[in-house]
Amino acid sequence: MRYLPLTARDRGDMLAAIGVPSIDALFADVPAAARRDGLVDLPRAMGELEVERRIAAMAAKNTAAGSVPFFLGGGAYRHHVPAAVDHLIQRGEFLTSYTPYQPEVAQGTLQALFEFQTQVALLTGMEVANASLYDGATACAEAVAMARRVTRRDRAILSGGLHPHYREVCQTYGGFAGTGPVLMPPVPGGGEDLARLIDRDTACVVVQNPDFFGGLHDYSALADSCHAAGALLVVIVAEVVSLGLVKPPGEMGADIVAAEGQSFGNALNFGGPHLGLFATRDRYVRQMPGRLAGQTADADGRRGWVLTLSTREQHIRREKATSNICTNSGLCALAFTIHLALLGEAGLTRLARLNHEAAIKTADRLAAVPGVTVLTGSFFNEFTVQLPRAAGPVVDKLAARGVLAGIPLSRLYPGEAGLADLLLVAATETVTDDDIDRLAAGLTEGLR
Amino acid sequence: MTGWSQALGAHPGAAAGAAETVSGNRGLQIEEKLLFEQDSPGHCGVDLPEPAGLAPRLGGTERKGPIGLPGLSEPQIVRHFTRLSQKNYAIDSGIYPLGSCTMKHNPRLNEKLARLPGFADLHPLQPPATVAGALELVDTLAHWLKTLTGMPAMALSPAAGAHGELCGMMTIRAALTARGDPRRRILVPESAHGTNPATAATCGYAIDNIPNNARGRVDLAALKAELGGDVAALMLTNPNTCGLFEDEILDIAAAVHSAGAFFYCDGANFNAIVGRVRPGDLGIDALHLNLHKTFSTPHGGGGPGSGPVALAAELAPFAPLPWLVHDHGGLRLVEHRDGEAAQSIGRLKGFHGQIGMFVRALAYMMSHGADGLKQAAEDAVLNANYLRVRLEGALSLSYPGPCMHEVLFDDRFLKDTGATTLDFAKALIDEGFHPMTMYFPLIVHGALLIEPTESESKASLDQFADTVLALAARARGGDATSFHAAPRLAPRRRLDETTAARKPVLRWRPEPAQREAAE
Repeated sequence: MRYLPLTARDRGDMLAAIGVPSIDALFADVPAAARRDGLVDLPRAMGELEVERRIAAMAAKNTAAGSVPFFLGGGAYRHHVPAAVDHLIQRGEFLTSYTPYQPEVAQGTLQALFEFQTQVALLTGMEVANASLYDGATACAEAVAMARRVTRRDRAILSGGLHPHYREVCQTYGGFAGTGPVLMPPVPGGGEDLARLIDRDTACVVVQNPDFFGGLHDYSALADSCHAAGALLVVIVAEVVSLGLVKPPGEMGADIVAAEGQSFGNALNFGGPHLGLFATRDRYVRQMPGRLAGQTADADGRRGWVLTLSTREQHIRREKATSNICTNSGLCALAFTIHLALLGEAGLTRLARLNHEAAIKTADRLAAVPGVTVLTGSFFNEFTVQLPRAAGPVVDKLAARGVLAGIPLSRLYPGEAGLADLLLVAATETVTDDDIDRLAAGLTEGLR
Repeated sequence: MTGWSQALGAHPGAAAGAAETVSGNRGLQIEEKLLFEQDSPGHCGVDLPEPAGLAPRLGGTERKGPIGLPGLSEPQIVRHFTRLSQKNYAIDSGIYPLGSCTMKHNPRLNEKLARLPGFADLHPLQPPATVAGALELVDTLAHWLKTLTGMPAMALSPAAGAHGELCGMMTIRAALTARGDPRRRILVPESAHGTNPATAATCGYAIDNIPNNARGRVDLAALKAELGGDVAALMLTNPNTCGLFEDEILDIAAAVHSAGAFFYCDGANFNAIVGRVRPGDLGIDALHLNLHKTFSTPHGGGGPGSGPVALAAELAPFAPLPWLVHDHGGLRLVEHRDGEAAQSIGRLKGFHGQIGMFVRALAYMMSHGADGLKQAAEDAVLNANYLRVRLEGALSLSYPGPCMHEVLFDDRFLKDTGATTLDFAKALIDEGFHPMTMYFPLIVHGALLIEPTESESKASLDQFADTVLALAARARGGDATSFHAAPRLAPRRRLDETTAARKPVLRWRPEPAQREAAE
């Protein structure tokens, strides 16, 4: 077996050194009733070529997004990732290192995390950010839990414009602590009044920008309403490229920002791994979940980095920790940092504008398709359109013709008959004019 | 917050220990500023086309001020991150004997396959007909994991081990609620990972600790005394964090079940027994697996992980969404809480799970096969026991006799030497080794937990053992000063963690002068 360095002779010598007759003697603590002879019923070892052949055969049965005109978003976005990103994150010193608990030999990971935290704070307009969480949805649930700790109140009000998976994860987490969140109904056209719901038991209001249906908002007035009532405003960002063009949540008065960071550096990966971003105000830092890298000095006075404020964390505080989270999304966060470093201020601004323009072109083109209405007036790179019939079958029909047209809202809201004719369409910098032509032509024909 | 001198080596303390050079660099160790300190405003490492200049439709939400991100070219970025990487220890460069963490070889085939466009470039909400191969991969992974655990159902969406624990405990709570028997206590052995009590608390439970016996296992009598009608579950790690198999596990399971409670097993150490013992045969009701441990998906400096949970039939109806079910000869993705999934606890993360990690884990399992997985577990146990016998004469073994995949020592051998477990670990860094896990588990004093894994050759183990033995002799020889000064040869000497926590600096901020200039 190519991954195992011990030879048969080594094994014999080592057993002799240990002083046991066979490997079985080292498993003597396993109760006899649970011992098994022979092998489990699975295939035997395979060479690299054979494994590659079998797994590649599965990959070949899928339609890769890049092989067709592609317009899906909804919390996972297809962007061009520069080749340098994937090269650098595969350096063994990043890929095969552990959590930086021994800081003297993990300064590379720690400095990159410190840079990541700074980038996230700058992007979101917040004061401080952690070293990442699992994904946007779990970051959202952690934000709600943190708001409840900070305010010592129970109630979380979730906007109908919040990603439905994020709402569901908050429901799952919330169902085991307190009374569970208040869920507002989805309103794809906007016009939700959340301020009137805030009461003295409200821990936080959770909104998303752009909202799940693509619409942009300025939540500054809502932030004021929250703060007047002693509640926190949590702003979710599912498409972080938008922050290159759109006012950041920090400037709107957000107290916690939770976001999905996949768009920078990370592939779609069929939904994971992605990475959660989490940022807040300095005054709440000790209530934050997750790892934090911090600056310090070594015994020679040289600047260095360590994991810090770990008295919040499970390995120190056990049942009193701010979260049970242990792992972050280290390598995904590194990819995020490298991609954003390559873009820089000028590149991000331009990338965001290219996304916005691709969406404008797509929206205008679809608006001209007979029977199609664009519902979202102001948007970044994603918007909702209304079709003259149920969107699900139309999307399937276009997929069969090699166009991935968007996400039919029925996939996410199966019980909401009023949303069945709606289609969520995203257009990033990867979309070409030809792709837009093929989408419009496909829809025109599909609706005929 | 600000005011850090970038004139490297200019700090008053700098002359004390490090080799002095004009640049502050030391051979291949290059001092590297933060990205933000290398800003060349307007510069960019990505060439993008010129926007067309269309009128924006942002509804008045345009960003007004600059973001503050630095501009650098691609070669500067590549050099920056290459230099940073060179400050890290890694399994690619040497033995990484962190007990309880399982740092084994990460095959590059797995990286290659996870990057196939047919997996990496798939959107989670594409029409199911366009992702049949991805569903097949997930189903194949589930089949391997069910066969290896001997358990009937797998919940695949948890993003990491602790997330898997959350999944398992929520499932248990849901099952108890459904049978009209809400209970409020969780029993956790003192040797448990910190995530166990933290997870139980997240699920709204009270936690009670169970002591270990003198043999490093759960004290069965104490467990029985704590079990009662208000206990929802026992959370046990097996093999446990002392590197020992819980030899009374069948009695433990029987006691837990007869009290009407569930038996949760932390499968972090499944790598010791995979292919030889099936947790389903041990009476376990829920067990999370860390794909980044047993099945070698890369740790990546701290994630991403993946924490699938094996569930007994009684818990399976409560598994989180989504489900993958066999239907009319094909696979169907169940994404909502209705029909067969009506009792599901709901969704634990966005989309479907860590698919990229599933590809890597399946490639690892297929490469090993049933025979190779068993051999890997045996080699891991053999390597740990070999280190045990090589070191037990000089270090203090906490529990005598054979261990599983990791061996636990405590700090009795350092008594009166003036050196601590921490000093000993830092001295290993100067010798070119990553330290073992320190001060965990908490049940022995000054723990040193060593897990070599199956990835080490005998020569590598001998080299490590020779070094540890020499250091132990040096400590006994009274040379405490050199231990206190270690490490001297790493990219940094010991870092001041107290100040880092007392006055947290968690991000870069511009120097006041730079800020004024920018304004």
